[in-house]
Amino acid sequence: MNRYLQNADGDWFKRRISGVIFCAVVAFVVLMVRVFYLQVMQGEELRRLSENNCIRLQGIDAPRGLIFDRNGRRLVDNRPAFDVGVIVKDARPLEQTLARLAGYLDLDKAELRERLAHRNGEADYKPVIIERDISRDTLAVLEAHKFDLPGVVVNVVPRRNYIYETSAAHLLGYLGEVSGKELQKELFPGARAGDFIGKSGVEKAFEKYLKGERGGRQVEVNANGQVVRVLKTVEATPGKNIFLTIDKELQRKAETLLEGIAGAVVAMDPSSGEVLAIASSPTFDQNDFVSGLSNEVWDGIRSNPFRPLENKAIQGNYPPASTYKIITAIAGLEEGVIDENTTFTCPGHYRMGNRTFRCWKRGGHGRVNVVEAIEKSCDVFFYQVGQKLGVDRLAWYAKACGLGVPAGIDIAHEAAGLVPTADWKKQRTGVSWQAGETLSVAIGQGYNLTTPLQMLGLTAAVGNGGTRLRPLILKSLQNPNGETLFSCLPEEIGQLPVSPKTLDIVRRGLWRVVNQKTGTAWVAHTAGIDICGKTGTAQVFSRKNNETLFAKDRPAFLNSHAWFVAYAPAVNPRIAVAVIVEHGEHGSNAASPIARELVKTYLRSLYRKRLRTVRWMPRLPLSSKCRRDEAP
Amino acid sequence: MFDRRLVQYFDWGLLGLTFLIAAFGLATLYSAVNGDPAPPHRSLFVKQMIWYGGGLAVMIAIFLFSYKFFDRWAYVFYFVCNALLVWVLLFGKYVSGARRWIDFGPVSLQPSELIKIGVIIVLARFYSRFATTRGFTLRELVTPLLLVMLPFFLIVKQPDLGTALVVLLIAGTMTAYVKIERRSLIYLIAAGAVAVPLVWSYLKGYQKQRILTFLDPDRDPLGAGYHIIQSKIAIGSGMLTGKGFLQGTQNALSFLPEQHTDFIFSVFSEEWGFLGAMAMLVVFLVMILWGLNIAYNCRDQFGAILCVGVTAMIFWQVFINIGMVMGLMPVVGVPLPFVSYGGSSILTIMVCVGILLNVSMRRFLFE
Repeated sequence: MNRYLQNADGDWFKRRISGVIFCAVVAFVVLMVRVFYLQVMQGEELRRLSENNCIRLQGIDAPRGLIFDRNGRRLVDNRPAFDVGVIVKDARPLEQTLARLAGYLDLDKAELRERLAHRNGEADYKPVIIERDISRDTLAVLEAHKFDLPGVVVNVVPRRNYIYETSAAHLLGYLGEVSGKELQKELFPGARAGDFIGKSGVEKAFEKYLKGERGGRQVEVNANGQVVRVLKTVEATPGKNIFLTIDKELQRKAETLLEGIAGAVVAMDPSSGEVLAIASSPTFDQNDFVSGLSNEVWDGIRSNPFRPLENKAIQGNYPPASTYKIITAIAGLEEGVIDENTTFTCPGHYRMGNRTFRCWKRGGHGRVNVVEAIEKSCDVFFYQVGQKLGVDRLAWYAKACGLGVPAGIDIAHEAAGLVPTADWKKQRTGVSWQAGETLSVAIGQGYNLTTPLQMLGLTAAVGNGGTRLRPLILKSLQNPNGETLFSCLPEEIGQLPVSPKTLDIVRRGLWRVVNQKTGTAWVAHTAGIDICGKTGTAQVFSRKNNETLFAKDRPAFLNSHAWFVAYAPAVNPRIAVAVIVEHGEHGSNAASPIARELVKTYLRSLYRKRLRTVRWMPRLPLSSKCRRDEAP
Repeated sequence: MFDRRLVQYFDWGLLGLTFLIAAFGLATLYSAVNGDPAPPHRSLFVKQMIWYGGGLAVMIAIFLFSYKFFDRWAYVFYFVCNALLVWVLLFGKYVSGARRWIDFGPVSLQPSELIKIGVIIVLARFYSRFATTRGFTLRELVTPLLLVMLPFFLIVKQPDLGTALVVLLIAGTMTAYVKIERRSLIYLIAAGAVAVPLVWSYLKGYQKQRILTFLDPDRDPLGAGYHIIQSKIAIGSGMLTGKGFLQGTQNALSFLPEQHTDFIFSVFSEEWGFLGAMAMLVVFLVMILWGLNIAYNCRDQFGAILCVGVTAMIFWQVFINIGMVMGLMPVVGVPLPFVSYGGSSILTIMVCVGILLNVSMRRFLFE
């Protein structure tokens, strides 16, 4: 490298040091001048500000995003609430102030002290919240005695307000204070102790959209802790508004129908997968959760045997019972073990080996083909189809129809249900699969478990021509100023394993269930609307052979669960519904009228909107083939 | 073979100065953690004493062997430090959004502190071999640039912008010391003048916001801006003579953020006032001039450049930290040497003192 250049020697380096020294000295002179300026020239003013720690930060809570239904009707909003806090440092003399405050708030002084002690490690100048959401009367008293209460602050904060108290409680969820553990794991960026976050349902699932960004103020306070002037303000950014796919009217209708019943209803638009209503009964009031639950309310909820906190539509695992025959029929037709014309004779029971399997109808159904077997829900027909198929082929079809895995709704804690196979049983119990168990599985009993949402997905797919859609709950997201950020589009998650021919056969069966006098859901028959559906009666305990089916003296909690899944109208259906009534005994009586009412309500409102001038409801035709079949 | 001159020329003055600042630092830390309501911080004072003990041992170990040793092992040390930086990115302890620490049971180390020494040594070796009176041209500066950029980006990735900035400033000081050729310097400045607006126009909105906030804390009145205001109040309220030891109110009510690390100078100035703050600044200045004097008296080039680098590190950390808490500088997390709490920081600064002592006591051993 550059040998002809003069190499730097010791003297050269020495000379260059002087420049470095010069720079260092200049820099230190700057620092010293600044120290002089702050401590000597500005000292007095800054000393004054320090005396009472005058410059403080006050948080401004961000209002949470609002929640609307699909038609823009408001379901959840925020209302102003008043929280009382005490700034320990300013509340001098503390004892006197607390005594007065306890009087105004109608609280015990010891209790007040205890709440004050709850601030763990928080600094003295930060307000400790003593009482949340005080009434306006109390507020007026506090304001009137403001000058006797140094260090007592009243903050106006947005509080969550669920407009239709108990309505859609499971779906919307509720808020709760963020826990220490969640803070430590930094699960909610920006959250601080005392913040409320979504703990369940939509509030939890879309927390990241709903929560806004907190703002704050830099203020100067006087010796009593009162704000003298605001130095700087950073406005809070409100959360985003959410539009759900729910139809408020239908939701309310579903809840009315479920009143006094333990059970669930879930409805969907089969063409898009949008969930129109999701109701679970009994329910609870979310507003109770917002300000912290009282012990009595919590005990009441916990001790209720009908599990009010459980969202039965997505968390309830029930045997699908006869609604499962849709799958058995599809599997039998697709695998070629039966065809449209195959008939079996039902004498009211079926013998296999030395065991007798009974049909629900003791007298039997006589000769039935697959369409009639669906219509009359003939057990003996499907025992034989199941026996020919074997459990593993049935299981393959059940899984292909969406059973055994969560349906994929955006709400947490969805149950997966259970699709039994021979391997599964061997692994689980160590006992081999028994041939007789296949017969139970074929009619939806045995180890089978599904959620109402899963059965709804299947029903909707049958209705729309075989496309399985992910159940959507979020329709669109808007900025607070009304600008749409995104809208959710239908999302296909698979196709039913059916040929068009098979689908047509099954749909004819489902049509006859409701629209033939001999169908099991004739009670749900409605003039003017073609409802197609399937009933189910899920046994809670196993019947003995010699026991009668409808034992009058059986306790209610051993009564069977009633199922009904349906879609309507028969062609291009606009709504699919799944209903379960716990211990409702019979699907046809307990569940199908609920579904009928929902279908009527929804289609009426839909047609009223679409065809404002037309008073009558159009009767949509079935396929021509189906009509021929229907004619006697 | 032990040379008696080593003892004769031992730099007792620098050692005394070190002890003086360490005493300043420990007293201030005692006050800072004393006012903190959170109990775990109270043990920090004892921990800091232990770190000082360890630092003293490392310092002695370093001045016992001739600094020629550093010259020989420069690249090895440099690459070990870089390997640690990579390690910390992959397996480091994750604390409030950054991976900076390697956990060794009861103690954790910040490799980003060690790399400062690594960069100083490796640059001293490179510049001492190739320095000419003409200065370095752009082409000759490519190697040192790469040597600096590798750890720089590894530290930015953690992210620890303060330390990355210090590494850059140390390297810049050392390069300026060995001289950049005049025309190359003009090119460099021109390139910088063109690049800054160009890069700026490519940045996204939020990135611009972040940089603006960094340069002007007032834009963030709830975060950095608020901290600076409180820090200025703390310093200013000390007035001429201060509020007295353990009497600081801003500190006691935890108005100051990070009062035992980055904002410790505010605690000190509030309690000791203008006289105390000036005394601390003077002691730091004397130490820096002392370090440069050692470089001046050093007869070999590696030693001289090494001392300038080490002194530059002390200077920049003092300048950035104190400038920051007084609202003269952007808010960056740079510890105040000898005073801020932090094991790795104390160890590194004691290594620096060890190097200065090392070079100083061997100033007559050559030729």
